[in-house]
Parts: sequence; C-alpha cells; structure tokens
Amino acid sequence: MTDTVIRIEGLHKSYETSAGLFPVLKNVDLRIAVGEFVAIMGPSGSGKSTFMNILGCLDEPTAGRYELNGRDVANLDRDELASLRNRTIGFVFQGFNLLPRMSLQDNVALPLIYCGVERDERRQRARDLLAKVGLERYFESMPNNISGGQQQRVAIARALVNRPRLILADEPTGNLDSHTGEEIMALFDTLNREGITIVLVTHEADIAQHAQRQVHFLDGRIVGDHAVQREHRA
Amino acid sequence: MTLAMLGEAWRAMGANRLRTFLTMLGMVIGVGAVVLMMSIGQGAQYAIKQSISAMGSNLFILLSGSTQAGGVRSGSGGGYTLNVADAEAIAELSGVQAVAPIHTGSAQVVYGPNNWNTSVIGTMPGYLDARSWPVVAGSAFTDSDVRSATRVALIGQTAAANLFGDEDPVGKTIRIRQSPFVILGMLGVKGQGMDGRDQDDTILIPLTTAQRQVFGSQFPGSVRMVMVQTETQEIMPSVEKEMTELLRQRHRIREGFENDFFLRNLTAAADSAAESTRIMSLLLGAIASVSLLVGGIGIMNIMLVSVTERTREIGIRMAIGARERDILLQFLLEAIIISVVGCLIGLLLGIAGALLVEATTGTLVIISFSSVVVAFGVAAAVGIFFGFYPAKKAAQLDPIEALRYQ
Ligand SMILES: Nc1ncnc2c1ncn2[C@@H]1O[C@H](COP(=O)(O)OP(=O)(O)O)[C@@H](O)[C@H]1O
Ligand SMILES: [Mg+2]
Repeated sequence: MTDTVIRIEGLHKSYETSAGLFPVLKNVDLRIAVGEFVAIMGPSGSGKSTFMNILGCLDEPTAGRYELNGRDVANLDRDELASLRNRTIGFVFQGFNLLPRMSLQDNVALPLIYCGVERDERRQRARDLLAKVGLERYFESMPNNISGGQQQRVAIARALVNRPRLILADEPTGNLDSHTGEEIMALFDTLNREGITIVLVTHEADIAQHAQRQVHFLDGRIVGDHAVQREHRA
Repeated sequence: MTLAMLGEAWRAMGANRLRTFLTMLGMVIGVGAVVLMMSIGQGAQYAIKQSISAMGSNLFILLSGSTQAGGVRSGSGGGYTLNVADAEAIAELSGVQAVAPIHTGSAQVVYGPNNWNTSVIGTMPGYLDARSWPVVAGSAFTDSDVRSATRVALIGQTAAANLFGDEDPVGKTIRIRQSPFVILGMLGVKGQGMDGRDQDDTILIPLTTAQRQVFGSQFPGSVRMVMVQTETQEIMPSVEKEMTELLRQRHRIREGFENDFFLRNLTAAADSAAESTRIMSLLLGAIASVSLLVGGIGIMNIMLVSVTERTREIGIRMAIGARERDILLQFLLEAIIISVVGCLIGLLLGIAGALLVEATTGTLVIISFSSVVVAFGVAAAVGIFFGFYPAKKAAQLDPIEALRYQ
C-alpha cells in the first residue's frame, strides 16, 4: 500500500456544454505504484487529456476519489493544490507551454520562485537541469529561438526542477518528429531509471513501448491494462 | 522572492512600452495637476495669512456715516459723524485694548532734492498697537505730541527708501506740504495689505497736526475712521454690541433709526477671506484629484486587458505551482510600479509647472513636503486600489481554463 502514488476509484468527469452535461470519463479505476512507467493510450477524444489534467491537479473530477501519495485530493484547498503542482508533480505538455518572454534558464527556474528558493540556487539548479537535458549552451536563449525538441527538453527540465517524484506528460512527443521523439523518450527512460514515476499519454505504439505498462482508454473508460513485454523495451 | 517578482513585473511592462507609457500618462497628469494646484492653493493661503497678520489682530474699523441718517443729533455739528471724544469714550469700554482715530490723505513729501507722493496718516499712538506695527529705529510719537500738535513723523520703509535712499532718516527733517517735520522713528516692514497696496509707503503723524496743519480740516476733532482693537478675538461680538450702544447713546440716535456709523469686524472679514481661499484651494485640489481618479481607472482598464491577454501565461504559472497570492502580487506590483513611476514623473512635472507659474505670473506658490507626500501616497493607493481588482481576477482564474485559453 505504501508504494502507491496514484489511486483512482470510480472517477467520473463530465463537461457542461450547451447541449447539457457531457460525460467524458466514466467510472475509471486505476492504481499506479512508485517507480512505474505507465503509458496511457487510446484514440483521440477518448478522455486521456481530461484524465491527465485531473491527475495533475489542474482539474477536478465530477465524482469519484483521487488519492495522491495517500492524500485525498478533494480535501485540499487551492494553495495546497498549487503546492502539489509545484513540488510533487512535474507536468509536461504537448505544446511545451514555455513563457515566451523569458530565457530558458528563467523558464526552468520559475517553479522555484513559487517556493521561495533563493536566486543563486534557482540559477544553479536551472543550469544543472538544462545541462542534464543537453542544453548547456542555451541558458540565455529565448524559447522561440530553439527547435521544438529543444523546447520540450526545456519543459522537461522545468518539470524536474523542484525534484518531483512523479512526472505526468500529455503527448510530449506529439508535436515532434519521430527521431526527436525518441530522444525525448530516452530522457524519460533515464528519469524512470532514477526512480521517478512516469505517466505518459501517447497514441503512438513506438513511444508506448518505452513504458512498463500500458493503459488503454476508449470512450472515457479503461478498456485494457497490461504490462509491456520486457524484450520490447529499449 | 518579491525581488524576483519585481523583475518580472518590470519585464512585463517593458514588453509593451507604448501601452505602459500611455497608462502611466494618466497618473502623470493626475499627480502633476494635484501638485500644481496644491502649490498654488497653498501659496495663496500663505499670502492671505501674511496680509492678515500684517493687518493686526482683533480689529474693528469704525467708519463715519452720513449726518442725515442718524436723525436728530447735536454735537460737533458737521463733517464726519465720529470724533475724538467718541474714540476716547470707546477706549473706556472694558475689553478694548487700543483705539486710534485716523485722518488720512496723500501728500507731497520732500527731503533735500527728493520728492515723493505718499499716504499720510494722522493718528494717535494707539494705532501702532492696534496694527502691531513696531518702530524699528528711533521712537514713536506720544500722546503729548498729539495734544500739542507737534510736527513729528514716523516713516514707513518704502517712503524712507524713496526719500532717503541708504541714509538713516531718523532725526532728519522732511517737508510735508511745505511744513517741516522731524522724523522720530522708522516703522517695521508690513508688506502688501489685503487691498494689495504697499503699506510701507506711508508716513504717520499726530492726528491733531494732520488735521490742523497738513490737511486743514474744517472740523478738527471729527474723523472719518477709528480703529479699535480688543484684547481677545472671543470678546469681539460683545464689544461690538457695547460700542454700538455707546455710540447710539452719544449720538442720540432714537429707537428705530439707523446708525450714523458703520462698524466692521476686520478680523472676521479677514478670517472669511482666509476661509474662502482655503476652500478655493481645496476645490482646486479636488478637481485635480479627479484626474488622479481617471488615471487610476486607466490603470485598472489596462490591467484588465493585460490579465485577459495573459490568461494563458497565468494558466502556465498556476500549472507549475503559482498560488493565488503569487499571481495577485505579480499583477498588483505591475499596477503599483506603473502608478509610482507615473507619480514620480508627475511630481517633477507638477513642481516644474508650479515654478513656471511663479516665474511667469509672480503668483506665490508653495511646494510643501506634505503635498508631495500626499500626492505620492494617493498615487500608490490608487495603484493598489485600481490594480487590486484585475489582480484578484487573475489570481482567481481556474488553472485548467486559463491553460485552455487561446
Ligand atoms: N472543456 C471542455 N468542454 C467540453 N468538452 C470537452 C472539454 N475538453 C474536452 N472535451 C471533450 O472531452 C472529450 C475528451 O477530450 P480529451 O480528454 O481532450 O481527449 P484526448 O486527450 O483523449 O484526445 C472530447 O470529446 C472533447 O471534445
Ligand atoms: Mg489529448
């Protein structure tokens, strides 16, 4: 029990639309243990992003229970949720979501401002992480001046800067070509080997092969959940 | 952390310089107007206060009216309705400190080759007390000078400067309408009076001498004007009543007939002049404050636009752990920086404008530390007040909705 990071029970999510309540997630149960590398798969519109946003404490379920590290997220206030997003979870988006007017270094250091880390340490940690994702020569560059693959590396560095034990990535390679995508996946492999739990959405089978476990969504339900054959892993 | 946020606010403002500048302009104009108006208002108030204190305190002026108005009256018989005996009787009233009957006129005054037309005031020693007018060199004339109508004079600073230049006038002899007068003393500086005239352009001589020898009054002893000073301002109303009764009795004015004199409370009139100047400058300040308010609304307007434009940025910040108070602080800081920088520029322009007004129109302006502090405080408050709503709006955005915003 203690090694469970994510426990989802009876999760429902509906959106209010002009045509009434529109159910997107229907009675989802899922448990993810510490150190797992899980790929969430499924066709477009099956509710993967909606699910990830709830996992990332960006959105709230309509019904059901979500426990993160044993704590029921429904009981937390806005500041506590912000703190979870800041320290416990690193979120990587398909569209990178870097702040365009800030240097790469400042982008990576930004989460540290929100937990009161001093300037020198912020800079040091941002540089260390940029180096780790292979961007040691771009500390002062602006996001618009580097390639998509490089931007995603910056986003990963930013997700890692506060040393979270859980990385959530929603189609992190969706905007990248397959070669660049593989490079990004190699980075996730490394992180997972260091013990970080990774939940990653993809609809590409190649990408999903990096995970130990694949969870399939269809029309808002989990329709498959199985381990990946060892020999297929990189 | 606040330092880091200050840097970010600065960067955000730099990203849209023209807009930042235009937003600031509202504050600049508002603060500039407030400082300018307050400086002019305070200058006017100061000028009024100066001339009031130069006038003397707790003063009545008693003016003679027409002889017909008072009905039957015997007594001095013609000319003015007031006379020296009236003044002496008033001096006996309790609470009256000084009484000075006055006969004024203008006269040509000569000293050596110098010639000067000035106002000559024939009065009694009490005049100097009533007007709190010190003799700075030599000495004043006395009651006995008045009794014997001696030809002695006290000279004001402007008259002295024009007749004597750098020479010391005390002990010198001047000619007023041909008659020789010895100058006993020199009066202190009074400056401009309430009517704007230079009060130092004057010569004081004994009343009797003025009436008999200089102006050749037809009815010596009757005067057009008597100045009365009371001991305190509080007793002025009661002294006014007693004085009126006394004069009506002395002039034998029957019940139902009008006074044959006018009694004016100069101190009350001066106070109300000061009060209206004060209200005027308050009004100017209030009008100027409206432009500050407009500037504040401009800030709110732009901050609301900025929050909307940067919704996605706010979403990203929230997604990586910004709390409500972090977002609130970020936008509040931007509003405060805009208003404080705008305020500083406005202060400089306002001060420059005030100095320009002083240089071009000669109006006295006073740029007080307090008005600068007030303008600054108000500007900061405006920034906080009008920045708060947009900042709060930003802080309360829902993370996922902000992230989805295109
Ligand atoms: N904010 C929203 N309001 C209404 N419907 C939404 C909203 N977001 C997503 N949906 C709908 O929910 C369904 C699932 O979307 P999503 O979770 O983005 O799927 P996926 O990521 O698997 O493609 C889709 O049909 C989509 O149209
Ligand atoms: Mg999606």
